[in-house]
Amino acid sequence: MNLVIFSGPPSSGKTSIILKTIDAMKKRNLKVGVVKFDCLSTDDDILYEKAGIPVKKGLSGALCPDHYFASNIEEVVQWGRKTNLDLLITESAGLCNRCSPYIKEIKGVCVIDNLSGINTPKKIGPMLKAADIVVITKGDIVSQAEREVFASKVNSVNPKAMTMHINGLTGQGAYELSTLLYDKDSSINSVQGMELRYPMPSAMCSYCLGETRIGSDFQMGNVRKIDLGDDYV
Amino acid sequence: MYNMTIEELLDKYPFSLAYFQDNKIEIEGRENLTFNEYLDSLSSEYIEDMAIDKEVLLEGLDLFIQQMNSFLEVEEDKGIYSLSILPGNNKSGEREGFNELTIRKSEIVSIVGPTGSGKSRLLADIEWTAQNDTPTGRTILINGELPDKKWRFSSNNKLVAQLSQNMNFVMDLTVMEFLQLHAESRMVVDIEGTIERIIQQANNLAGEKFQLDTPVTALSGGQSRALMIADTAILSSSPIVLIDEIENAGIDRRKALDLLVSEDKIVLMATHDPTLALIADKRIVIKNGGISEVIDTTKEEKEILHKLEEMDLYIQQMRSDLRKGNILEND
Repeated sequence: MNLVIFSGPPSSGKTSIILKTIDAMKKRNLKVGVVKFDCLSTDDDILYEKAGIPVKKGLSGALCPDHYFASNIEEVVQWGRKTNLDLLITESAGLCNRCSPYIKEIKGVCVIDNLSGINTPKKIGPMLKAADIVVITKGDIVSQAEREVFASKVNSVNPKAMTMHINGLTGQGAYELSTLLYDKDSSINSVQGMELRYPMPSAMCSYCLGETRIGSDFQMGNVRKIDLGDDYV
Repeated sequence: MYNMTIEELLDKYPFSLAYFQDNKIEIEGRENLTFNEYLDSLSSEYIEDMAIDKEVLLEGLDLFIQQMNSFLEVEEDKGIYSLSILPGNNKSGEREGFNELTIRKSEIVSIVGPTGSGKSRLLADIEWTAQNDTPTGRTILINGELPDKKWRFSSNNKLVAQLSQNMNFVMDLTVMEFLQLHAESRMVVDIEGTIERIIQQANNLAGEKFQLDTPVTALSGGQSRALMIADTAILSSSPIVLIDEIENAGIDRRKALDLLVSEDKIVLMATHDPTLALIADKRIVIKNGGISEVIDTTKEEKEILHKLEEMDLYIQQMRSDLRKGNILEND
């Protein structure tokens, strides 16, 4: 089975792109399944179900979604194997722009949209910088100039990745992406022991443990203070 | 590259500044270090905070410089003079109704056919330089030859620029800032001159003139289209322009197409508008996912075009009279 990890900011078009891409693979007789990771709720699993795609969802609830991803990806891979998938796609939203769920040796795709603003590529961390393929969406509604500027910003933070423009509505470009996702030779049986491409932020402070009160008296552990300079006194 | 100091790098490859800036690398005052030394000098806390991956950044700089260099070379030879489409099949598996369609620089070909008939697929085939490896089985040739893979995989050398009805400006910038940004990303040498030329051309296309300090989001529909077309003609790196309809309001469409053609673009234009369809010398008819026919615009059609353009002009005149507050009269 092949595994591909999709991630990208909320509402960037991940689900549309994955649906169109799977649709483009139909003729190849490959069985593709999806596991959707989200934080509080998602209805995307219904969209996949409607399209006849085997799907599971995982909600991280009160936990950091990417930590939750890392703790569960092996189980998800085993589900994919039991379901006899040829290709398993995981989809997760990068919520704080700092994390990335990519694993070394596993193809990572970042979906990001033209509407998010030209400074966004600079703001997104390893989720964009460590991706193998960057899919840029919503190009049909912004000007050619903005598309070019946006793509050049993506390129300067991740020159290694292949950048593709895909229209999530018409599917223009999805077939092309589909040819890059499955490769007979990169089959895996497990991700046990594989490594994340980039460590996730470590935060262990009182608020991680359920503290709700504000103020220094209640703060313990990994706490950092904002630097406002001295001029405000 | 690895042995050069940052100062030497910036001197030899001025564009590498964008790499440092976009990756938020604060090189100020440390230009005497090599990039490797710079990265080694960062504290582990800073590296974790900024989510820096040394190896990726080092390797990235090398790739970035290579890509920019090859991009600049492509600019110089302006390589592309023709695009050819070799037939594949329609949705029912029947062979398409033409032998080979070659479109040369400065030529306009229109695309007609009902919505959903396969225009997006044709555009995607061209963008991806299909090699009998897409659902239609078409093959795309560039300059009569099998194209370089770079058209598929590089982010700066895209073969195709697109202009469509739904496009908007979304950046919160003035016309001047906007064009500057685009020109910088394209590493244009004479930024000022280029911007001036775009503004002049855009104003020439638009019914209403606009100023450099107007925010792009405040432009009228006609002005936006005029600016997008002038910008694509003059600044876009892509040799092929795909147009999805140009609405007949606030812009001189004939002049717009003339501009694209005079900038050596290969123009494909999907349209339901008779004037636009007939301006082209050839039109592609799409049915059931395939090209059913390629028609040369007939002499009679060119005469009809003449009439259509007169009608367009008549309507435009009325529009402008109404705008000025005049009362319309029968001639």
